[in-house]
Amino acid sequence: MGKVILEVKNLKTKYVTRFGENVYAVDGVSFKIEEGKSLGIAGESGCGKSTLALSLMGYYFPPLHYMSGDIIIDGKNISGMNPDEVRKTILGTEIAYIPQAAMNALNPTQKIIRFIEDVVHAHDPKADKKVIREIAEKRFAELGLPAKVLDQHAVELSGGMKQRTVIAVSTILNPKVLIADEPSSALDVTSQKMVIKMMRELMDKGYIKAMVFITHELPLLYNVTDDIMVMYAGQIVERGTAKEMVFDPTHPYSHGLMGSILVPEEGTRGHKLTAIPGTPPNLKHPPDGCRFADRCKYAAPECRYYTIPEKEFGDNRMYRCLKSLDELKEVYDHE
Amino acid sequence: MSEDRIVPSKDFTNAPLCLSGRHVTKVFGFGDKKTIAVNDVSFDFHEGEFVSIVGESGSGKTTLSKILLGLLNHTEGEILFQGQPRDISTGKKRNAYWKGIQAIFQDPFSSYNSFHKIDSVLLDCINMRGGKNLPMEKKVEMMTEACSFVNLKFAELTNKYPFELSGGQMQRLMIARIFLLKPKILLADEPTSMVDACSRATILDMLLQLRDEIGMTIIFITHDIGLAYYISDTVYIMEHGKFVEYGKADEVILNPKAAYTKRLISDVPKIHEEWDLSTVELATE
Ligand SMILES: Nc1ncnc2c1ncn2[C@@H]1O[C@H](COP(=O)(O)OP(=O)(O)OP(=O)(O)O)[C@@H](O)[C@H]1O
Ligand SMILES: Nc1ncnc2c1ncn2[C@@H]1O[C@H](COP(=O)(O)OP(=O)(O)OP(=O)(O)O)[C@@H](O)[C@H]1O
Ligand code: SF4
Ligand SMILES: [Mg+2]
Ligand SMILES: [Mg+2]
Repeated sequence: MGKVILEVKNLKTKYVTRFGENVYAVDGVSFKIEEGKSLGIAGESGCGKSTLALSLMGYYFPPLHYMSGDIIIDGKNISGMNPDEVRKTILGTEIAYIPQAAMNALNPTQKIIRFIEDVVHAHDPKADKKVIREIAEKRFAELGLPAKVLDQHAVELSGGMKQRTVIAVSTILNPKVLIADEPSSALDVTSQKMVIKMMRELMDKGYIKAMVFITHELPLLYNVTDDIMVMYAGQIVERGTAKEMVFDPTHPYSHGLMGSILVPEEGTRGHKLTAIPGTPPNLKHPPDGCRFADRCKYAAPECRYYTIPEKEFGDNRMYRCLKSLDELKEVYDHE
Repeated sequence: MSEDRIVPSKDFTNAPLCLSGRHVTKVFGFGDKKTIAVNDVSFDFHEGEFVSIVGESGSGKTTLSKILLGLLNHTEGEILFQGQPRDISTGKKRNAYWKGIQAIFQDPFSSYNSFHKIDSVLLDCINMRGGKNLPMEKKVEMMTEACSFVNLKFAELTNKYPFELSGGQMQRLMIARIFLLKPKILLADEPTSMVDACSRATILDMLLQLRDEIGMTIIFITHDIGLAYYISDTVYIMEHGKFVEYGKADEVILNPKAAYTKRLISDVPKIHEEWDLSTVELATE
């Protein structure tokens, strides 16, 4: 087993709404990523993927609150650190986060080089602008981005170029972990490929050591990440290698998810996609039993009474369902 | 998992015409700034046909859909409605045209007044379809049903504003409207781009079912070629404002003729074929 770069243990975080209600969006998440590996996260819209990503930075501000659990980056536990310290010593160097739709959030009146200065100055307020530009020019050249982009504004860049720029800017300080939330969903395939290639390059060159990739585009996830986790209603319901997850999913929700993959390959048109009617539980009061029970075709009465534990199996795989692997295999085989 | 499916591959060549275009062109700007967004396209979309228009960013898909909707004037060419030249020259004629046509826009938040509560969006649809005087329980029942088609819970939406929904939830709400409005023509511009795979499957199947029930013509704009393959009867491939290829979904996707179509198909990540990044050159533009 390689060196563990990011380890998360039983992380719980919540939103407190303007009415003072708690929304338990990340509810007991654990996983590890080794050096040189990437982890994909998929799951229904609203299941807590972005919240998990945000929580991993250890940088909390209302309405998001840390409750419990550990985030350990390269041996250093960053959970419970105060926000100022996190901003100075963690963000950008230990971990970098590219939020969903980040490319549309760039301040349009600011030149790209200013964003890079901001990132560097947050870490080292005295850094010299000339030095920063040199570093930026070198990195942009390595990643195939034209140097002139540094002096352009976000509005002047195409969607694909903007997204690649955002990634280059966020990783300028060589963070150990890069978290990218839907970095390519708004892009067409040509730009998507470039974004992915660039993220690989960052990894190959050792500028980043591990990556978390969130998307609802499963074929992309399958081709880009080593492992995949599926999230449902604030919890991880299954984890495995990308191949295992796509070709041999065990949890009924991941089974449904993988059954709805759309690709332009012969035969896919003749099969009905797996549709799962219904909606996930309200995260303000998640049920005690299985959170998927209301929508699960295989639910039994006992599924609603027990807290469903994570069950480890195989080579570092995990699923969260009361039924045994054999029982699940049996029902899937008969469909 | 692999329940068989009746594949939509009806022959539409002799079906009644719905929307057609003859040499439609749209030019933005002048001189140096001139962009030919739609370049001399001709097409026939038939009643009840599920048409997908596939192309990369900037190929002109949204521009064409706005022309079809009558929100944008084309520079040249002609749009036909049910085989006759479309006339939307007066407000009255335009309203008549709009009666049977509904659109779902690319950005779900832009198309919708953010100061209206969610339930009023759905209520308006019922009222528009002549359900104004129905008892409230009946209306709630209809709205609940429409929401369930798109995996939303009506009870959890009431009293909310659009900014309190995620992008995927907002897109699903826009599609729930279609179930209440049952238009003759639906123009949908990337309507499920933010929806997760499972909910998307539910929605697509429901759309197909609705199409079969009421004979709706659906013009579906997307850059997802796998999605277009799964759902459409006919696929049009658009590049730089032109249709470079069109035909039955099976023919276009499994046996593409145009180099551009071939490239689009080979570029998307698949699951039985390795995704080839070796040819990607980072230093372009
Ligand atoms: N500011 C907030 N206050 C209260 N609840 C919130 C807030 N932001 C998000 N939530 C809720 O927390 C849950 C998780 O949201 P999150 O954005 O993490 O989902 P997601 O999995 O990233 O979804 P998507 O795929 O749509 O991006 C959702 O149920 C959402 O409604
Ligand atoms: N109002 C406008 N003024 C000037 N140019 C425009 C305008 N609207 C669109 N264009 C240009 O026309 C071309 C086609 O744009 P369009 O939005 O139709 O593409 P699209 O296929 O919908 O792309 P996307 O997949 O990104 O939505 C682009 O080059 C665009 O920049
Ligand atoms: S625990 Fe029961 S309800 Fe939950 S996923 Fe497993 S079978 Fe379905
Ligand atoms: Mg998200
Ligand atoms: Mg568009």
